[in-house]
Amino acid sequence: MGTPAPHQAGAEKAARGGLPAGSALIRRSLAAAGVFAAAAVALAFLLLPIVAIFARVSPGELLAQFSRPVVKDALIVSLKTNAIAQALVLLLGTPTAYLLATRRFRGRSLLVVLVELPLVLPPAVAGIGLIAAFGRFGLLGDELNAFGIQLGLTQAAVVIAVAYVSSPLYIRQAIATFEAIDPNLVAAARTLGAGRTRTFFRVSLPLSRRGLAAGEALAFARGLGEFGATIMFAGSLQGVTQTLPVAIYQEFNSDFTTALAMSALLVVVSGALLVALRLTLQWQPSKPTSRFLFAPSR
Amino acid sequence: MATLEADFTLPLRTFALDLALEVSRTVALVGPSGAGKSSALRVVAGLAQPQRGRVALDGEAWLDTAFRLSLPPDRRCVGLVFQDYALFPHLSVRANVAFGSRGRAVDPLLERFRIGHLASAHPAELSGGERQRVALARTLAREPAVLLLDEPLAALDAHTKAEVRHELAELLRELALPTVLVTHDYEDAAALADHVGVLVEGRLRQLGTPAELVSRPRDAFVASFTGANLLRGRARRGEGALTAIRLESGEDLYSADEAEGEVGVVVYPWEVSVARAHAPDADSALNVVRGQVGSLVEVANRVRVRVGPLTAEVTAASAARLELAAGGVAYATFKATGTRLVPL
Repeated sequence: MGTPAPHQAGAEKAARGGLPAGSALIRRSLAAAGVFAAAAVALAFLLLPIVAIFARVSPGELLAQFSRPVVKDALIVSLKTNAIAQALVLLLGTPTAYLLATRRFRGRSLLVVLVELPLVLPPAVAGIGLIAAFGRFGLLGDELNAFGIQLGLTQAAVVIAVAYVSSPLYIRQAIATFEAIDPNLVAAARTLGAGRTRTFFRVSLPLSRRGLAAGEALAFARGLGEFGATIMFAGSLQGVTQTLPVAIYQEFNSDFTTALAMSALLVVVSGALLVALRLTLQWQPSKPTSRFLFAPSR
Repeated sequence: MATLEADFTLPLRTFALDLALEVSRTVALVGPSGAGKSSALRVVAGLAQPQRGRVALDGEAWLDTAFRLSLPPDRRCVGLVFQDYALFPHLSVRANVAFGSRGRAVDPLLERFRIGHLASAHPAELSGGERQRVALARTLAREPAVLLLDEPLAALDAHTKAEVRHELAELLRELALPTVLVTHDYEDAAALADHVGVLVEGRLRQLGTPAELVSRPRDAFVASFTGANLLRGRARRGEGALTAIRLESGEDLYSADEAEGEVGVVVYPWEVSVARAHAPDADSALNVVRGQVGSLVEVANRVRVRVGPLTAEVTAASAARLELAAGGVAYATFKATGTRLVPL
């Protein structure tokens, strides 16, 4: 902040009589034009692939593709596996996040980092890791075999892959949300006679609704797009493990139009999720829930 | 009449809170911020775990470190009103009050605290005074056997505060529960409590009725905290029954108290009168301090005048008669019997 911006320096120079005043004006216009040009290029770059998906084929033809079994099967597999995976993420992730957010113990920060690790793992590494852990010859392979469970190339494997890559997004957001609750509200509930469980369901959970919904929207979007770990760990069996992203990859060599149609579908669903996420985060309830420590007395 | 005993040591960041109280009516803990006042309430409520100690109501222990006993907050029959009231922002006024009522009807409480018309409103829509009444109603709906109030008046503006203080004093009298309240304002403490404990850095400097604290402050801090003037000086035996104190400024004062060495001279503002001229027949039983008139602050029908190192409280009428103005010279006079000598 200490040094003046270039155009300011130019203006000062001009004021001192070193350069005609018009020169500073031209420089400023050039700088502004440069910024606009950079923004235009970047936005075009980001939007063009999306536009291209819808522009290549007519809407009628896109819709016609949905009657093809490969598309219908992929859609059903995607919806089913994601629904189960997200149910597991919510059911197991919420208590995990609450524990990590409210208890202080040795090794807690290490655990938080480990929870976030799958977020930054390359999908191929996640796939290899899942095979090494749950595959037939993996760490838990013998134990799973003993119960007659074989995960590789089954729909359960898709669920595991989706849950593995998407749960850290939810847990991370849920930890931050639970940590942001005013501890006095929790303490108040306790002194009013509510045990830990009742305090969680009557106070902590309702106050966290929005943050948890936002985390879940992110996790769902990530899970829906899951590709790398799924194709490695679960394979690409139409109607069983072939999700939409996997089917797109499968189809784009043989039938580009079908791949485009499925891509368009995913763009629409992902876009809707993004809008829902923004609305969740911006939505102001009719009764604001701000802390009111400094609100004026009426 | 129920009795709450609390005797514990709770290590805080830079000192340990060491407290022993027996409460059957209202005790106010006063002291500067950071003295450990709120922590004391948290220990009684079970929200903080002391290193050592015992908390019991009528002999029934809630906490006893000797027996590794500590009931969780929800199993202690205690009502804690938080400083910012900690109302549940997602619940209506009615649902807030009903939170701890275990199914009992809350309408009588809503009516009693004049919040019936706000039953379906949410906390963010309420004024400070209304929030305070909701917090009290919510706490009483739990039917606590012990009441804890953390700075009950601090979140209110000056106008609301006077009214609420009066109402709260009446309520506490009516409830007749063992009550511990915490405040940084001595006047609030004296208005609300039968006994006031001055807490500094985790230790009780003095515990007594407001009258005792004013008439017999144990040390300089208690004296100045209760609103007294404090002058530093050196005491020696003077003529007659009086002790002479040589102030740092070189002036001599006289006190009926006995002391020797470095002392604090304590005199309350209402013991000090102000004159524009030095009365020539002044005897040693009457102390005179000459000084410049500093600030003049009107409080109700009284005026607080700063004369040199002293604050005097005079009636508005006499302030007008004396034509006191900041910058002029005045004489502050007070009787030797109106002073206390305390260790520094």
